[in-house]
Amino acid sequence: MGNTLPPFIFALVMVAIVLELVRRKVFREKYAALWLIIGASALVLAGWPDLLTGVSKIVGIQVASNLLFALCIVLLLGVCLHLSWELSVVEDENRTLAEEVAIMRTAVERLEHEFHELSTAGPRGETPRLETGPQSPKD
Amino acid sequence: MLSPDARHVLVIMPAWNEGETVGTTVAEVINLNEGYDVLVVDDGSTDRTADVAAAAGATVLRLPFNMGVGGAMRAGFKYADRHNYDAVIQVDADGQHDPREISSVLEGLRSADIAIGARFASKGDYKVSGPRQWAMVFLAAVISRLARTKLTDVTSGFRAGNKRAIAQYLDHYPAEYLGDTIDSLVVAIKSGCRVTQIPVAMRPRQGGTPSHNPAKSAIYLLRSVFALLFAMTRSRSQIAVGESNA
Repeated sequence: MGNTLPPFIFALVMVAIVLELVRRKVFREKYAALWLIIGASALVLAGWPDLLTGVSKIVGIQVASNLLFALCIVLLLGVCLHLSWELSVVEDENRTLAEEVAIMRTAVERLEHEFHELSTAGPRGETPRLETGPQSPKD
Repeated sequence: MLSPDARHVLVIMPAWNEGETVGTTVAEVINLNEGYDVLVVDDGSTDRTADVAAAAGATVLRLPFNMGVGGAMRAGFKYADRHNYDAVIQVDADGQHDPREISSVLEGLRSADIAIGARFASKGDYKVSGPRQWAMVFLAAVISRLARTKLTDVTSGFRAGNKRAIAQYLDHYPAEYLGDTIDSLVVAIKSGCRVTQIPVAMRPRQGGTPSHNPAKSAIYLLRSVFALLFAMTRSRSQIAVGESNA
């Protein structure tokens, strides 16, 4: 039983870190869910190592650790797929925003230009010169 | 349908670090005096592309980062949609597409929603060989069947679209490699857009050289088949514009 203490502590620390990150709003819940499931199962397995052997016997896997590895792979695959999916959504939203920003920038520059012309062409040119701000942040 | 002269046409020119050629190409289009508005979509260039284009008289959309031709074009279509243009035509900033052919490609919109300026259709001397040619022939054959009309150059970027095509593109215009040509075309056909092609002569590029590397051509073949297969499985778009110009 002594050799199950380190994995138990490890799982406990992992769950604690994930919970803390969610609490601090660094992580959003939807990303944390899978990690919490993984952490909780790790806790259970570290606490009751006999459970793994029992389950593998029921499922028909001879070496208990193989069940563990298989489950790990499935879960990690799930996490990867989830992240790819989220990333694609974010990239698409990002693209839409970039298009929107570009169109707005053109519109704003046009407005600034027209406004500037109007104000400099005012009566006897006495209108104060307008600060139109930097035209391009890169320059 | 409006006569070609009364139509409000936007020339969209995606440009990425093409400060050397974009100025002359924009000036050429404007000097045609055919009443086109020119929109240069600066795809996150690090040179003076945007300034040169603006100085030449084009409206410039500055994308904050590089998004590829597809991304640049979609931004252009969005602009065209917001400003209620009747038709758009994509022209390369590198001068490969002859601006004098714009009006003939636009003529194609009389009978279709999308008109492609085709490089092989018995005009000009554009030639390719090896896997790249097989890819082009294969793609043309498959897409011709889909469109029920003979198309010989489906990867040409010199293409015009009407309002219906713009609405379709806004719904589906992938930014991925080849997505802007093959994928968008296949989905447009599926969604009920009619396609036609107009033979055009291409000019040699003013800058850069086309690749003749066989390995690259083979990769091109694979990627285009891949893009085509994906495109064929995509669902059709619902087009909101009810305008018909038959």
